Amino acid sequence: MKRNGTRVGAWVAMIVGALYFLLPLAATFEFSLKMRRDSYSFDAYRVVLGDPAFRATFGYSAMMALLTIVVGILLVVPTAYWIQLKLPRLRGLVEFITLLPLVIPAIVIVFGYLKLFNSSSWLPLTAHERSTDFLLMASYVTLSLPYLYRSVDTGLRAVDVRGLTEAAQSLGAGWGSILLGVILPNVKAAVLSGAFLTFAVVIGEFTMASLLNRPAFGPYLQLIGANRAYEPSALAIIAFLVTWASMGLLQVVARNIHGTRAETSA
Amino acid sequence: MSFLQIASLNKRFGEHVAVSDVDMNIAEGEFVTFLGPSGCGKTTVLRMIAGFETPDSGSIRVGGQDIVGQAPQKRGIGIVFQNYALFPNLTVEQNIGFGLKVRKLPRADIARKVAEVMKLVELSGKEARYPHQLSGGQRQRVALARALVVEPRILLLDEPLSALDARIRRSLREQIRDIQRRLQLTTVFVTHDQEEALTMSDRIFVMNQGRIEQHGSAEDIYARPSTEFVARFIGNYNLLPAGDAQRLLGVEVSGHMAIRPESIHVLAAGSHELGTLEGTVRRHQLLGGIIRYQVESRGVTLLVDRLNRSLGDLLEVGTPVRLQISPDDMREVR
Repeated sequence: MKRNGTRVGAWVAMIVGALYFLLPLAATFEFSLKMRRDSYSFDAYRVVLGDPAFRATFGYSAMMALLTIVVGILLVVPTAYWIQLKLPRLRGLVEFITLLPLVIPAIVIVFGYLKLFNSSSWLPLTAHERSTDFLLMASYVTLSLPYLYRSVDTGLRAVDVRGLTEAAQSLGAGWGSILLGVILPNVKAAVLSGAFLTFAVVIGEFTMASLLNRPAFGPYLQLIGANRAYEPSALAIIAFLVTWASMGLLQVVARNIHGTRAETSA
Repeated sequence: MSFLQIASLNKRFGEHVAVSDVDMNIAEGEFVTFLGPSGCGKTTVLRMIAGFETPDSGSIRVGGQDIVGQAPQKRGIGIVFQNYALFPNLTVEQNIGFGLKVRKLPRADIARKVAEVMKLVELSGKEARYPHQLSGGQRQRVALARALVVEPRILLLDEPLSALDARIRRSLREQIRDIQRRLQLTTVFVTHDQEEALTMSDRIFVMNQGRIEQHGSAEDIYARPSTEFVARFIGNYNLLPAGDAQRLLGVEVSGHMAIRPESIHVLAAGSHELGTLEGTVRRHQLLGGIIRYQVESRGVTLLVDRLNRSLGDLLEVGTPVRLQISPDDMREVR
């Protein structure tokens, strides 16, 4: 009797929670279909997707996201690996550092960049477009650290890093071969999950892109929102779909690789 | 001249002394076992030979060359780990060929060498499988093949059989020894299992608390333990303190008197042979081919092993017997 009550309670909580998230989304979607008077249509979506600025800004943010992921992986994977292998006592400190971007507001970080790298400073990165792109990418790497580092660290903890490293060393492999041939393939799911989270973060990021005056998707979203009615709703739904697609891909990849690891450790 | 020479090796982890003044000389082609309980330092010595730990002091020479400070990759030493350490993302063939690929051998050569060593360890036909698709014994053979294919100067095995069941252990034990003999490969085997050590080794180093207690052939170690620790660790020696030895045997010793259970002869209670002791069976345990008795004699309980030839041989609890122990089978240990 008590068990049934608990089950009903769980279902009620789930339905209420789902409605809390889904109702506003449904309302947004419904509103985005109302661009044409007296009937539902995808006109708002057509306008958005046909807007050269949408394609340009989405393309720019997607490219920045990919660069952020590549640089982030190159930075985080060897670091997390080395911490686990040789410097486990520093784990706490490194975790703290990687969590700082969650605590320090993005606007503070960007003002720091502008102070350090403005056109009159010793390293005038903001003086040119390409160097500003580099600065933006670096700020994205910083923003993605909490997600990427945690994800990779969790993946490494599930693998016998020391054993695999020593086995590879005994067979003559150098550090490059060990990282690329042994470690990275075995933390693929973790790296990918961090990568997808990074993608989602970068695509929607506004503060840094806006203050560094770069043509990213976040400022475009804000501009459309300030000046149009139906198109912002369509954009919000598109942004959700992109994020959910990333999460869905993550689930598929993680499940595939998780199945392999579960059998390996048996 | 020894192929592997270890001199005055020391290693400490914080306050804990893991290895203390260890000296060893191992000839080329010899199969040597480091035997001891957990924490005795045997794996630490192995890891220092492999290059995964750096000694605090002492030297390790292979073929006359000091390898302390040399990277593990450069030592030409193959290792088989207790937990196999197979690469989960690679097939059996790729796992075994990994070391050859690192050495940039041509693909055809890699395929040929891998096939040869897979035949040696009796794994042919399993090239495309992944580690998670193999049994424990098969995984260990892959690990062995992977270490052998790179033609190491020395093969190190760190308790490779401890995770396997008894039947597979016995079978793999023989296989490892056969392969080692065939290849004449200098081998260092680490185990806490005395049966493995006694059946496989040319020589055994018994270790305790970071030191070598005794080294010698299996026969030396088993029949002539020099310390109380070795006597307790190897076999099921009766270790009689001085008082018990005096009471039972009329012998004065300063340490302990060690007597092997199988060297005590059991005679019928009515036997009048000189030099025998009266006793009573207090307990018996069937161990397959051996029956182990606890026999009480003059207040001292002795373990006595007899072959289990037939049902009629079994001595019931309470049976009076006479025990005969030759002076040659008694050994004083420190």
